[in-house]
Amino acid sequence: MPWGTTPADVRPTNRSARSVLLSGLWVASFLSLASNLSAEDWLQFRGNNADSVATGEGPAKLDRTAWSAPLPGRGNSGPIVVGDRIFVTASSGHNQDRLHVLAFEAADGKLAWDRQFWATGRTQCHPKMAVASSNPASDGQRIVALYSTNDLICLDRDGKLLWFRGLTYEYPNASNSLGMASSPLIVADTVIAQIETDDDSFAIGVDIETGETRWKLDRPHQDNWTSPIILRGSDREHDVVALQSSKGLTGIRPKTGELVWTYTEGASTIPSSGAGAGMIFVPSNGLTALASASPAAIPSKSWRMPQLGPSNASLLCVNGRVYSVTGAPVLIAADAKTGHVDWRLRLTGTFYASPIVAGERMYCFNDSGLAQLVELGKERGKIAGQHDFKESILGTPALADKAVYVRSDQHLWKIAD
Amino acid sequence: MSMRTWSRSARALALAGSVVVLSLIVCGPIDRVPAAPNDHPSPGIEKSLTTIRSVDKQGAGHEDAQRAMRILVAADASNLPAILKAIDQATPLAENWLRNAFETVADRAVSLKQPLPKEQLEAFVRETSHNSHGRRLAYEWLIKVDPTASARLIPTMLLDRAEEFRRDAVALRIRDAEKIDAKRDKTQAIKVYREALSGALDDDQVKTIAQALEKLGEKVDILKHFAFLTQYTAIGPFDNKRGVGLETAYPPEKEIQLDAKYDGQLGAVSWQPLQSHGDYGMVDIAKQVKNYKGSVMYLLTSFQSPTMRRVELRLGTDNAWKLWVNGQLLFSRNEYHRGMVLDQYRIPVTMKAGQNVILLKICQNEQTEDWAQMYQFQLRVCDLNGRGIRSGEAAVAGGR
Repeated sequence: MPWGTTPADVRPTNRSARSVLLSGLWVASFLSLASNLSAEDWLQFRGNNADSVATGEGPAKLDRTAWSAPLPGRGNSGPIVVGDRIFVTASSGHNQDRLHVLAFEAADGKLAWDRQFWATGRTQCHPKMAVASSNPASDGQRIVALYSTNDLICLDRDGKLLWFRGLTYEYPNASNSLGMASSPLIVADTVIAQIETDDDSFAIGVDIETGETRWKLDRPHQDNWTSPIILRGSDREHDVVALQSSKGLTGIRPKTGELVWTYTEGASTIPSSGAGAGMIFVPSNGLTALASASPAAIPSKSWRMPQLGPSNASLLCVNGRVYSVTGAPVLIAADAKTGHVDWRLRLTGTFYASPIVAGERMYCFNDSGLAQLVELGKERGKIAGQHDFKESILGTPALADKAVYVRSDQHLWKIAD
Repeated sequence: MSMRTWSRSARALALAGSVVVLSLIVCGPIDRVPAAPNDHPSPGIEKSLTTIRSVDKQGAGHEDAQRAMRILVAADASNLPAILKAIDQATPLAENWLRNAFETVADRAVSLKQPLPKEQLEAFVRETSHNSHGRRLAYEWLIKVDPTASARLIPTMLLDRAEEFRRDAVALRIRDAEKIDAKRDKTQAIKVYREALSGALDDDQVKTIAQALEKLGEKVDILKHFAFLTQYTAIGPFDNKRGVGLETAYPPEKEIQLDAKYDGQLGAVSWQPLQSHGDYGMVDIAKQVKNYKGSVMYLLTSFQSPTMRRVELRLGTDNAWKLWVNGQLLFSRNEYHRGMVLDQYRIPVTMKAGQNVILLKICQNEQTEDWAQMYQFQLRVCDLNGRGIRSGEAAVAGGR
């Protein structure tokens, strides 16, 4: 099985399970993973593997709203699902300097708690952006929230603060007057955040237990809204994280920040890369596919298709196909190995939210709130349903337990059959 | 129960010949025992508050703070005033730890329908020497359990040190004025709008008031209200091709000599007077300089302070910049064309008594897009609460 085809539930493979038996340390690690993570969770931006692919099924209709819950202030971040709760971030106040982490009950949408914090960094944003634009992330036990102010906050599932880092407070020139939106990733008990701006610019790995810095890397001095992706190895010890920037893509060890490879032919600073089937799909010179023997091996260019470049939404690969939403907007399905375009499908609107997939269903939300359900056929794609939520949606939805969760500035919705 | 309270109980038990140890086991952790609001939290709580106030950058003190948080969040609501008080001395990082402890305790009490110490919360809000964040936190939880508090407190806060309170009070005055205006009582409406303006710090509220007054025949001097700096002496352009200018120390960074001439980007340059235009103190460099792309300009102004005082310089610009006061570099920012807003950058500085020299270096890059042509800034001096201060104006008592 090529790397990158690890089942999305991130449970150890049989091989890694055998390894577990060899070491008491590995036993502890295995138990920790098994207890913290569930296939029914959606733990971070674009899901548990940051690949936009859900393990289970999704709803067949978009107009079946199980519940909706009001949200305070503003926010473009997507929700995450951890156990029985949905976690969302927002900001409020005249200066948008009140940061919220909110927990809702998945069953009925009841607000479980709303914890608030005072921003320690700058709140200036483009009107389309929001201080709460980065997705939160979780390791199954802890909730990590990042804001455009570069406040990085870790809570337990009951809302108790575990640590608080003010990364602009610590590095005052780490800010972007348009606003920041890169989402953090949790891999190897390390919170990885890209704080990349025209001025001070870095990626940081923070110990999720203590909030202390494990590593910090200098990064290109250019505003960057892309998020890191995970390249799943044969077991969790062999995962690699890829950091995207205008210069290209950089593979690092998540726990140490050690550089393992670089791709230097440039890349977009808005849509993020996708990975799957042992390949990396980079929004670089259109769309560039990289192949390698393992996540840590130096990737080589497999193919490049200038016309497949995505606009704002991130790339995804599932079942041997790579999907890209162009600026037209057209959803293009291409063969992951060759780049051959299998079909094109016209969508409606402008997309900032990245599409997500469950089985043969893809869920696309445009920025005016029109949800479009696409059936991913072999020969062609088909719009199988639409529903207008009538509010601007920029955050990537979550999918867990056969339900889609999506938010606007004002509301969080649960869509379930 | 505070340690002080427990000590009294223990003495009573000892006098009665009872077993103190047994009472501790029955009662459980002393800080969980419901107690009347008190100003003297237990040593355990005090120590935890001190520990949390010690958190610092780079995660310093986190592990100790996590242990302290476990104690604090288990405390009962009688300890809420102590947590608020601890915010007074806290850094921005520690403030957020303390806020979370407060919210966790208060949220639990409210959900269990236990009382919050309302009188102490209100007293904390009223005492303006406390930290503005702490006062607002106290207020927001107070009105959850006593919605009538808002009507008691907000109308008195027009000139409050805390920006959020002030904004609420201004909004209230604006609504009052609108009602009066609707009854066609022009004189009274102007009076109440003027009162609202006296407290207004935010541009949206100032604009609302100015527009309403203009309809009533009154002109508002917005330039004066925000206290923009308007008179400058400028020199340049110096070279910023390929972005070399921001980190190049041209002569004005080494000496301020107003009659000097230097080699500039396009020939000899000398200091020239330059004035802002419009209500918002905008200085448009693009209109002053030929071939302005890839250039650096220096702008000099002064600010008279009757006393030594802590202030904020508030700058808005699309361009890269450096700022000095009295020869001391305060901040350097290398960002171009990512948007400009009022008070975009807030730079704290201590002004000395007397004349203070402010030097701004502003850079334009060579981008060719339509949206990358701005070469402008606006600058003002504010107190720490956001009120504009005019040069020579005496300090108003207070500060955050």
